[in-house]
Amino acid sequence: MATRTAAQPAPAETATAAPSIGAVREQAENWQAFPDPAGHFGRFGGRFVPEALMAALDELTEAYDQARADEGFVAELDRLLATYAGRPTPLTDAHRLTEQVGGARILLKREDLAHTGSHKINNVLGQCLLAKRMGKTRVIAETGAGQHGVATATASALLGLDCVVYMGEEDTRRQALNVARMRLLGAEVVPVASGSRTLKDAINEAMRDWVATVEHTHYCIGSVMGPHPFPMMVRDFQRIIGVEARAQVLERTGRLPDAVVACVGGGSNAMGIFHPFIPDTAVALIGCEAGGDGVATGRHAAAIAGGSAGVLHGMRTFLLQDEFGQTQVSHSISAGLDYPGIGPEHALLHETGRASYRVVDDAAAMAALALVARTEGILVAIESAHAFAGAFDVARELGPDATVLVNCSGRGDKDVDTAARWFGLLDDAGGGAAGADPRG
Amino acid sequence: MQSRLDERFTAAREEGRSLLVGYLPAGYPTVDGGIAAMRAMVAAGVDVVEVGLPYSDPTLDGPVIQDAADAALRGGVTTTDVLRTVEAVAATGAPVLVMSYWNPIDRYGPARFAADLAAAGGAGAITPDLPPEEAAPWLAASAERGLAPVFLVAPSSSDARIRLVAGISRGFVYAASLMGVTGTRAAVGTQAADLVARVRTATELPVAVGLGVSTGAQAAEVAGFADGVIVGSALVKVLVDAQRSGAGDAAALDGIGRLAAELAAGVRTPVPASA
Repeated sequence: MATRTAAQPAPAETATAAPSIGAVREQAENWQAFPDPAGHFGRFGGRFVPEALMAALDELTEAYDQARADEGFVAELDRLLATYAGRPTPLTDAHRLTEQVGGARILLKREDLAHTGSHKINNVLGQCLLAKRMGKTRVIAETGAGQHGVATATASALLGLDCVVYMGEEDTRRQALNVARMRLLGAEVVPVASGSRTLKDAINEAMRDWVATVEHTHYCIGSVMGPHPFPMMVRDFQRIIGVEARAQVLERTGRLPDAVVACVGGGSNAMGIFHPFIPDTAVALIGCEAGGDGVATGRHAAAIAGGSAGVLHGMRTFLLQDEFGQTQVSHSISAGLDYPGIGPEHALLHETGRASYRVVDDAAAMAALALVARTEGILVAIESAHAFAGAFDVARELGPDATVLVNCSGRGDKDVDTAARWFGLLDDAGGGAAGADPRG
Repeated sequence: MQSRLDERFTAAREEGRSLLVGYLPAGYPTVDGGIAAMRAMVAAGVDVVEVGLPYSDPTLDGPVIQDAADAALRGGVTTTDVLRTVEAVAATGAPVLVMSYWNPIDRYGPARFAADLAAAGGAGAITPDLPPEEAAPWLAASAERGLAPVFLVAPSSSDARIRLVAGISRGFVYAASLMGVTGTRAAVGTQAADLVARVRTATELPVAVGLGVSTGAQAAEVAGFADGVIVGSALVKVLVDAQRSGAGDAAALDGIGRLAAELAAGVRTPVPASA
């Protein structure tokens, strides 16, 4: 782990007093310095959890530091990523899509082709191997769209761990296929009926489980969020996306891309593809938040565009909250992006200007999903469709000489039912969005 | 200078008993209903009141307190109502602390919250998800207003962390008796006494035990080794059950009074800790 430089303020001072952007940017030139030993990304991150969990987080941090320095652990993870998860994933030149959009050359990093159908497997294999190394016998996870839950159930089956997945009741309905997948893989799926019955409440329930079972249970958080060391550790396990993509783009085009675009809920696929490009300051990093019905309607999941700084789920970051600090319910057609917060490193990237964040609403995402399907024969997850919609705008802005790398973070099989209803493709589904037939 | 809270602990020690600390969330079933319930428990023998600030994401609470907090939030309770509750309950003479997750205080502004809490007559605040490492702004604000910042230790806390937590706490140290969320338990468990003994090696501050205590017998058991006995879910459950059964406000207050009296008797008959 990087040691804190003398220029960095003590953690306690960063908790509420915002340092000047200039000071943070100066530190930010050495991006490997983040987070500091207490898990701070500038004024974001940290550990806001009950004391009962502090010992477990210390133990996890230490175990992770040892594991990543252990050649045996790294080799085993690399072996699983290559022979089990199917890495490296390919880079696809989206010729027909590029032509249709009419702008920059669009390249796709195909995380949808990883085992279980999304990038989530990268992180889960790392954390479950670590859990075994720590002597844990049980793994718990939260899931929104079900992709992280499926990945955790998969890795647990592979490694012989007991697995319990918490999922908002609302999401178990939206993503029924993934519930069945997790159960087939031997996991117990617990529908969460408290609060808004979505991802945020599934996280609450997983934390309640963990505080009582921490001795033998690892909480496998699915995104670059939560208390330290999770944002750092999940980022590190997802960096493989960007490391591969950077080399692949260089090899394919002879230069770096002009922009890298990814969708952001908690932000793990985005952080994974962004992080290796952070020192390449000529490469624009663009995250796409879920705009739901539009930020102006209040029914959205855009923590940066429509939120403010606060504390949720163990971290200081941007979140949707009211004037009294109560978390507001997020809205998105995409269960995987339907979360009122965002990972703390994204908050730092936004505040320093190293990455920019745009909003893509439900309708734009669904139109992108349809266009990608018809031009490239790839049915992407609704989460990833947000990245595509954002990338189309970026491609037009940059023009035909530029290259845009899009993280195609997951496949859309799980979303066929939602998409069919949206476009009115089911014979008995009276409606969907009027006039939204993807055949145009 | 001894605060009202410190004086209560000193007096209880002289009486050879523990203090009874009772928790109820503000705004449940209504703001005024919550105030009436808190006053009823003080009248029946609760020494110190914890006013819960209902929060949307209570990760340390079990179903009983979650349900009450959800209902209070649906009823529109705000931080302003919580402070009004503190003022109304402090008027009884009992020391009153706010129990809050950190984000509502962070959002309100730590300095402003401390000022308004002190003005309302509050004695301090218990902040279960604010670790010492992130607490500097709250410690400064509390010190300025003479409030007691109360932090938690858990059975999993190392001796070094116990020293850290005890070193910044004022009023008392909150010992979470078990690894888990709030809620009633059939037995208090052996971890609590061990934890209290470890805290005593680190500080002269009083130690209060919370999580899982629901009966007079359990209160007597905990009073055998701790300076304070904290009861939350069992009291909240009386209100929740009364709401669900439609028993009416008077019956709910009777129930609160009966349970508080049983617990108050318990803390006055400590069972000597077995060797």
